[in-house]
Amino acid sequence: MMGDRFNLHRLGALVRKEFIQMRRDKLTFAMMLGVPIMQLLLFGYAINSDPKHLPTAVFAQDHSIFTRSFITAMENTDYFQITDRPETREQADDLISRGTVQFVVQIPPNFSRDLVRGADPQILLDADATDPAATGNAIAALRILATTALNRDLTGPLASRIQAASPFDLVVHPRYNSENRTQYNIVPGIIGVILTMTMVMFTALAMTREVERGTMENLLTMPARPFEVMLGKIIPYIVVGYIQTALILVAARFLFDVPMIGSLLLLSIVLLIFVAANLAVGFTFSTLARNQLQAVQMAVFFFLPSILLSGFMFPFRGMPTWAQWIGEILPLTHFLRIIRGILLKGNGIADIQMDTGAIILFFLGATLVALNRYRQTLD
Amino acid sequence: MTDDAASFDGELVIDVEGLTKSFGGRKVVDNVDMQVAKGEIYGFLGPNGSGKTTTIRLLCGLLTPDAGHGTCLGYDILTESPRIKLQVGYMTQKFSLYEDLSIRENLDFVARIYELPNRHGAVEETIAKLNLTGRADQLAGSLSGGWKQRLALASCIMHKPKLLLLDEPTAGVDPKARREFWDEIHELAAGGLTVLVSTHYMDEAERCNKICYLAYGHLLARGTATEVIAQSGLATWTVSGPSPRRVRQLAHDLTGKSGVDMVAPFGATLHVSGLDPAALERAIAPWRSDSDLSWRQDEPTLEDVFILMMNKAPDNFS
Repeated sequence: MMGDRFNLHRLGALVRKEFIQMRRDKLTFAMMLGVPIMQLLLFGYAINSDPKHLPTAVFAQDHSIFTRSFITAMENTDYFQITDRPETREQADDLISRGTVQFVVQIPPNFSRDLVRGADPQILLDADATDPAATGNAIAALRILATTALNRDLTGPLASRIQAASPFDLVVHPRYNSENRTQYNIVPGIIGVILTMTMVMFTALAMTREVERGTMENLLTMPARPFEVMLGKIIPYIVVGYIQTALILVAARFLFDVPMIGSLLLLSIVLLIFVAANLAVGFTFSTLARNQLQAVQMAVFFFLPSILLSGFMFPFRGMPTWAQWIGEILPLTHFLRIIRGILLKGNGIADIQMDTGAIILFFLGATLVALNRYRQTLD
Repeated sequence: MTDDAASFDGELVIDVEGLTKSFGGRKVVDNVDMQVAKGEIYGFLGPNGSGKTTTIRLLCGLLTPDAGHGTCLGYDILTESPRIKLQVGYMTQKFSLYEDLSIRENLDFVARIYELPNRHGAVEETIAKLNLTGRADQLAGSLSGGWKQRLALASCIMHKPKLLLLDEPTAGVDPKARREFWDEIHELAAGGLTVLVSTHYMDEAERCNKICYLAYGHLLARGTATEVIAQSGLATWTVSGPSPRRVRQLAHDLTGKSGVDMVAPFGATLHVSGLDPAALERAIAPWRSDSDLSWRQDEPTLEDVFILMMNKAPDNFS
């Protein structure tokens, strides 16, 4: 840019002004705090769906016709899609922890021998149950499968084994959310949804308001730089975002007993990136909208796919591929994985780096557009 | 009206040539040249939509011209607009301070943005000068039009600019407030500040050292008020009649006659003007002998000149 450089004093003046205006606008201020609470109570109810082709890892320690038939039968239910074949238990755990797979099927050594001997061997199914809606039907299908999958292979002397209720035991181990409580999934998600809605909308409005009321013209004639104006708009709302998150987390803990296994510090760092990404979107909208009504419309336009395609409303893996691609672009999708991972699975930095990276990419892209659109001039 | 242009030391605060700006294919400002000397009060006149606001925005770097070049306060308007902004006070047509901030908060914000030394002192001094000490914590939005205008002016001279750009500053303000406003403008100019002010009011135009007239993007006239009137070559007759009805009838009869370029009623009198004095005299001859009417050859007013220019100007908006 031309002329003098970024200046902290001017930024301070802009931030200060924004806070005063925020305080004066009682209705908006009430909304910032009221909306999270309201949404939290409304979305306390479950929203279910029936996703299929869930990525599944098979950790087979025994290879025989029986295990192959079982795996084929699993795939035939359409609920499972074998994507990985880990060699060790650690690899398998890693896959489920990172969210690469929804299930890990463990076939123990000597499965076939025990089956033939009639010793009721076990198959262990680890399910990532952070979102019970996504796993419930698949597990139910698998339970039925357990009684019939091997019927064709149990011939000759083994035919008697068909008579048994089930030739083997299926042990289901729902991980991370063993009580299958939907609130555990929904409530952390609400933090992401609320932040997406309020951050995008309030920044879009705050900038458009300046243009609509004519104060932008004044601001532009003053020496404030575009980057300062943008940060001056964004910083106050970052503070608001943290207050909202704190409110929801407190409610999550005391109203819904949501477990918080992971590091809240890590969460608050990622939160900053996520909030910044949304604010950059809001800022971009404000450079496009001609008035506050348009700004709200654009915010809704962004909010709808975010809420529908991010895996908040419907299980992500239940959506068609094209919808998943759109979902992968949205910061909310990645934030949902991160916050559920941190709170429910106790994920660390290594587990969330891919999703965090995706949000950072989105943030950089949106900031680039915003700064490109924002002009020092009125043309 | 004082023609004291000669007393200026000739240093040009605004010196631009060929300024052109189009919006959606329409030339809103077309090839405008402008020279304003230091300490001048330069009046900027023209009908609504004539490009006054656009020109002012071009000068202070709010808009980038499509063509043209020049300097403002010695800085290039194309490349050095941040420098220009530091030394320009721009009062927008619409009140553009924050209505939801108090008077003190608004001034404090401006002082912080310009990084004024002794910010607190500057703010309190401005409040005291405005006589708003008791009301400084009132929201700016609750002020009346006249007060808003005074506050806006105070806020844009707080950083002691060298050039003041005022875009129709007195629109919607009562006559007394307007008078006081202009007294202050003259006081500021006496202190060395250069002022460019756009207005619709002829009495305000006459209080400027120099004026220029812009219509549909074209600069049609410039100079002192007397020069502009003289340049127009307009001849004007004032006629008064026994009754308003008679005057109205006469206005109707004269309109459109060849040699008569403009007929304008002023209360009980009529201004009849034409660019060709001889043709005008021929046109009014049939009514000259009417004993009911009294004719007098008169100096055209600035308003006559401007309305005529407006009628003649090619309207590229219609």
